[in-house]
Amino acid sequence: MFVINCPFCGERDQSEFSSGGEAHIIRPKQPTELSDDQWAEYLFMRKNIKGVQFERWNHAHGCRKWFNMIRDTSNDKIHAIYKMGEKPPIV
Amino acid sequence: MSKELRVNSKYIDQTTRIPFKFNGKTFYGFKGDTLASALLSNNVHLVGRSFKYHRPRGIMTCGSEEPNAIVQVSNDPSLTEPNVRATEIELYEGLEANSQNCWPSVNFDIGGINNFLSPFLPAGFYYKTFMWPASFWEKYEFFIRHSAGLGKAPTKPDPDIYDHQYAHCDVLVIGGGISGVIAAKLSAEKKLDTILLDDKKDLGGVSIYNNDDNFKINDQNVSKWLSNEIENLKKYPNLSIKTRTSLAAFHGYNYLLAKENLTDHLNVNDRKDKIRQRLWKIRAKKVVIATGAIERPLIFNNNDRPGILLSSSIKKYIDYYGVKCGTKISIFTSNDSAYETVLSLYKNGVKVNSIIDIRDKSESLIVKKVQDIGIKIYWKHTVVNTKGYKRINSIELMKLNEKGTGVIGDKINESCDCLGISGGWTPMVHLFTQSGGKLEFNRIDNMFIPNENKSSSEQISVGSCNGDLELDDIIKKTNLKTKEFLDINTSIFDSLKIQSSKEKNKKNIWLLPSDKPLGKTKPFLDFQNDSTAKDVKLALREGFKSIEHVKRYTTTGMGTDQGKLSNMHALGIIADTTGTNMGELGTTTFRPPFTPLTFGAIVGRNVGQFFDHTRYSAMHNWHETNGAKFENVGQWKRPWYYPKNKESMHEAVQRESKAARDSAGILDASTLGKIDIQGTDASEFLNRVYTNAWSKLQIGKCRYGLMLNEDGMVYDDGVTTRLGENHYIMTTTTGGAANVLNKLEDYLQTEWPELDVYLTTVTDHFSTISICGPNSKKIVNKMIPDLDLSDQNFPHMSFKNSSINGVRCRVMRISFTGEHSYEINIQSNYAKNVWEMSMEAGKEYNITPYGTETMHLLRAEKGFIITGQDTDGTLTPVDLQMDWIVSKKKYDFIGKRSLYRSDTIREDRKQLVGLITDDPNEVLEEGSQIVEDLNKKPIEMLGHVTSSYFSPNLNKSIALAVVVSGKNLKGKKLFVPMENKNINVTITDTVFYDKENKRLNA
Repeated sequence: MFVINCPFCGERDQSEFSSGGEAHIIRPKQPTELSDDQWAEYLFMRKNIKGVQFERWNHAHGCRKWFNMIRDTSNDKIHAIYKMGEKPPIV
Repeated sequence: MSKELRVNSKYIDQTTRIPFKFNGKTFYGFKGDTLASALLSNNVHLVGRSFKYHRPRGIMTCGSEEPNAIVQVSNDPSLTEPNVRATEIELYEGLEANSQNCWPSVNFDIGGINNFLSPFLPAGFYYKTFMWPASFWEKYEFFIRHSAGLGKAPTKPDPDIYDHQYAHCDVLVIGGGISGVIAAKLSAEKKLDTILLDDKKDLGGVSIYNNDDNFKINDQNVSKWLSNEIENLKKYPNLSIKTRTSLAAFHGYNYLLAKENLTDHLNVNDRKDKIRQRLWKIRAKKVVIATGAIERPLIFNNNDRPGILLSSSIKKYIDYYGVKCGTKISIFTSNDSAYETVLSLYKNGVKVNSIIDIRDKSESLIVKKVQDIGIKIYWKHTVVNTKGYKRINSIELMKLNEKGTGVIGDKINESCDCLGISGGWTPMVHLFTQSGGKLEFNRIDNMFIPNENKSSSEQISVGSCNGDLELDDIIKKTNLKTKEFLDINTSIFDSLKIQSSKEKNKKNIWLLPSDKPLGKTKPFLDFQNDSTAKDVKLALREGFKSIEHVKRYTTTGMGTDQGKLSNMHALGIIADTTGTNMGELGTTTFRPPFTPLTFGAIVGRNVGQFFDHTRYSAMHNWHETNGAKFENVGQWKRPWYYPKNKESMHEAVQRESKAARDSAGILDASTLGKIDIQGTDASEFLNRVYTNAWSKLQIGKCRYGLMLNEDGMVYDDGVTTRLGENHYIMTTTTGGAANVLNKLEDYLQTEWPELDVYLTTVTDHFSTISICGPNSKKIVNKMIPDLDLSDQNFPHMSFKNSSINGVRCRVMRISFTGEHSYEINIQSNYAKNVWEMSMEAGKEYNITPYGTETMHLLRAEKGFIITGQDTDGTLTPVDLQMDWIVSKKKYDFIGKRSLYRSDTIREDRKQLVGLITDDPNEVLEEGSQIVEDLNKKPIEMLGHVTSSYFSPNLNKSIALAVVVSGKNLKGKKLFVPMENKNINVTITDTVFYDKENKRLNA
């Protein structure tokens, strides 16, 4: 169980958080203009990387805020945590 | 207890005799004994039978690695515990233990026949034999299941108390041996908040009973120096010492689990009302692993007889427990450490017959001492066989050839009643690898050690678990590493004077040769699971290459000891046979727990009822008093129906639903989710999350909305009311409330942060009383005379602020039953009162409380869906024939694009339809399949029934169903095949009752 430094509350046990999958998948602004394939790419396709991955997390049992995390899935090392809308830091 | 087998020991209390029972017979031991040491002092070696061949097995070790001496403790059906290691049970008054895996007794075991059948029971025997004929499997399974399994599970609930506790510290030191004590002292001295754990009853590890004159620290015996150090630890208030506490798991981010045994060593009568075990959940900033090493056995023919023990265990039994494991002992070794055992035995007057050493020579201090005593050493020899069925009585040895691959010369016979074996040491790297660390192979000592370049910087391994086996190495390196780790400049241990015997000659043979071919020998690797070196070689011949596969095929390392003794040899033999280097082969995965945990420790106080919340509406007491039966909906208890005069559910529901349509019904709708939505962009937000348009909804009006997932499938529904320009209240399904709020929050925070919208859950703040039926208007009028209920002022789908007896309330005119109806929303603490007022006001109209079952029936008559019952996450609004609610004009909303994917526009999707049965009294079963052609094989399923009721208002059975292309099949005759009949049904419209919605305004 890792420790997550919530950008709003500080360090808390992982059990307070829920993972929301891959980060930086932006909902298309004009979905109607997308082909089926393009829409399916947005809707279904997710990376599952062994290594450094960009993820969304939610402090579900805390402040309920969403934020982004850069985590190495092979050793759970958290490289960076940043708020929604912020640019991912370079790690 | 046999006097001849006891010598003096200061480590246990030899003045207190404790009686205990083993296999029904009473024995005596001393306070401080383990069950194993007490049995050995009674000359009991045979304690169990092996798993597969039922061979007699004896105590082999003195710790958690014990493969053989696992026993069933206690005969009480609620307290009995299987697979407990006799080497870890501290003796107490009232202890009752029994051998496992033998019948009728450990001395005469019918299963022993398997030993003679062993040539026919090779690795993979079960996989290979019981394959055919397939139809026989059920017969085989019966017998296999009866012969499988170790020990007996308790049959009654566990009365003991277990506990969980969190601990946070700067430094956690795991293991209280010499290196753990040094590390803990350094940490405590540095004023760090420190926890020191050890699984034994005292600190000190193996060094605490090291009185050998060849090892000195500051000119003192190791034991004396160390006991002083341990005594000194008590003065640190920032150091907490936990003994009888074994570390179970080392997770990421230095999160560790440890089990503390609090009462297992107490006399049975002293345990009452005390916590038995506590699971510690420790978060440490830094971790020092000092878990030591386990001695390896040697792998030779018949190396499993009772009386064969690890040499270091014989040493602990004599030095620590004061117990002789035999009176004529032979020692078989590959290294120097066994000579320490010999010296201890000699000092205590135990006869050591002979030493068999596979090395050519050894020039160390202690070996010279042993030679000086005059004990016979067979250099470059190996044991090729042992004899004695229930206790070893002799060994056969032969000279090794030059390469160590075979034996030469004559066979020598040595009689003995105990054989100590030592094949070197295996560092306990379990915790290091559990934490994600990688291992490297040390070729000199043939062992895996932590590769600390490839591990987290917040932990170190010190002492023999780091591969340091010599006393001076252990002390110096522990001191040095700990200093660096904790940022300490000078240490009290910097100038210690250490005297130690050094091992210079090293040799290792994983599988010792015999004069017989391998196939005729039994060199056991995994003693508990009876897998031999032969089995591993067979697995390799049959094509298994990965160590993980060999492990599973041969079951090597899969016993309760998890291969603590056997895994290294298995790896060694695989490497030798395949010609690979050991480091390249890798190891099997070390998984937690290090030693088995009880279920009690895992669950702690979480026993009995679930901790999940039960939610009750404000009117719950009224429902209870009035005989409601309840249904669980999510966490809520909702009234299901209100039986009167012993009515069945069917009868009650028929009465309730008739009353609701004929006069008046009242429903507690408080459990529906309520989300308060405010902000200047609230209308825009609703436009994006619902399929229909919201911008033009007037203040004071209500609208039904359908919410989709981004994949176009219906997710939730409910009525939302516009309370003000920038203020809405949304209702959701009872079960979906929390998820809907989360989903909306997610979109607001991540996709549309530019929207000025705030969401607040108000489900619990308001209670909802729904009054429906032709007389509902009169009832509400009696309760709130000021409110103008005329259709002009208060039409269907509108809302009014009002008050009842001065308490503000919100009244909506909305309907889920198709009847003229009102929902009164009022602050929850007034709700029961208002409910009672409604009952009073409605008395003259026979107002009838109805539950969820009637509500479902009434809405089904109207063809209204219930998300989650009629939908299952695979239906679009179009599939539900609800195209009318999907806005064509809106540019976008959640799920819109998915509604015209090639899959969602298919004509032959399952679509919601109504079903009526040819026999109006036949009620379909929900979930039953719908077919067209009964003769087609395989029969084609067109869909299934989602809701089904007998409608008292229509006086016939009605159902909703999803059917392939159902939209275009109106009037089609289909079948619902049941176990013993086929029911004829016809597809209809989904609305069965009041198609023109006349009743809404009646």
